[in-house]
Amino acid sequence: MYWIIKLCIVLVALFAISRAFLRFKDKKISRQGLLFWTILWTLAVVFAFAPHGVSYFADLVGIKRGTDFVAYLSIILLFYMIFRIYVKFESLEQNISTLTRELAIRGFKKGNGKNRMAD
Amino acid sequence: MTDKIFIVIPAFNEEKAISGVISNLLKANYDKIVVIDDHSGDNTYAIASEFPVYLLQHAINRGQGASLKTGIDFALQNDANVIVTFDSDGQHRVEDLKSILEPILKGEADITIGSRFIEKSKVPFFRKILLKGSVLVMFLFYRIKMSDAHNGLRAMSKTAAKKISITCDRMAHASEIIEEIHKKKIRFKEVPVTIKYDKETLKKGHGSYLGAVKVIAGMILKKIAR
Repeated sequence: MYWIIKLCIVLVALFAISRAFLRFKDKKISRQGLLFWTILWTLAVVFAFAPHGVSYFADLVGIKRGTDFVAYLSIILLFYMIFRIYVKFESLEQNISTLTRELAIRGFKKGNGKNRMAD
Repeated sequence: MTDKIFIVIPAFNEEKAISGVISNLLKANYDKIVVIDDHSGDNTYAIASEFPVYLLQHAINRGQGASLKTGIDFALQNDANVIVTFDSDGQHRVEDLKSILEPILKGEADITIGSRFIEKSKVPFFRKILLKGSVLVMFLFYRIKMSDAHNGLRAMSKTAAKKISITCDRMAHASEIIEEIHKKKIRFKEVPVTIKYDKETLKKGHGSYLGAVKVIAGMILKKIAR
């Protein structure tokens, strides 16, 4: 049974690393981004084949079970990534507003005043 | 007196109220009026265009904060000396402009903010709880003591308008302006004003509890993100 999970992890990791590499080639992610994803997925493969390694790190930080350590680590990582996406999203929103503002200011019109004293 | 005073009115779906707001301002001789239509789905833009005002339109909806910044930037580019922000839903009274402008024109303050709580005006109970809650949040965040943290009726000198940076596109801009006043040490003064409440105005704006929670969550995230 275990080998199926291990195979899945290896396949997913290879796929993810290949995607990251292609994104890097297209200059969509930086060298650091490629390094981050490669290390992350390589670690996933290493831990799939050497679960004792995880237990060793878990012991270091005072967590008893290796799987718990991986779960905590994943949650922290996910929160960090959501935060990164939030920051990026905010900056995109601001860019859109700046663009909308520029267009609005350039295209300003003066009202015709025909209803000036209307109530 | 009204020569370089620009009145900035952000408007979103205000076809019922915008005409009254603009004509009252024109009658009081405020002739530099900037209406920013935030991509309304109704006739706000068409109605506003019947008046001698500067009309700016957002190609997509960006929120009240973004609209205010558009209006303020436009006013500054057109050599405004004083900029007033005024709601388009008919909540604000033109009569209050005199007292809002006075400290700026006399050089006593660089920004004045209207307060509905200095002289007790009638504020609906739940609205009062919400507004006082945001006053407390403002105090906890920035140690600024104010009586009304979310009043859209403000006046600012050219210098203050250039200093204040509005990055919150939606409702959180009101808190952001107060944060900017605090951070950049801008001289400010609260001025008593009267807010007119009716069914329409209570439905909109800073009224909903969900809106208030969103604003606070946005403020916290912004603090972390910086």
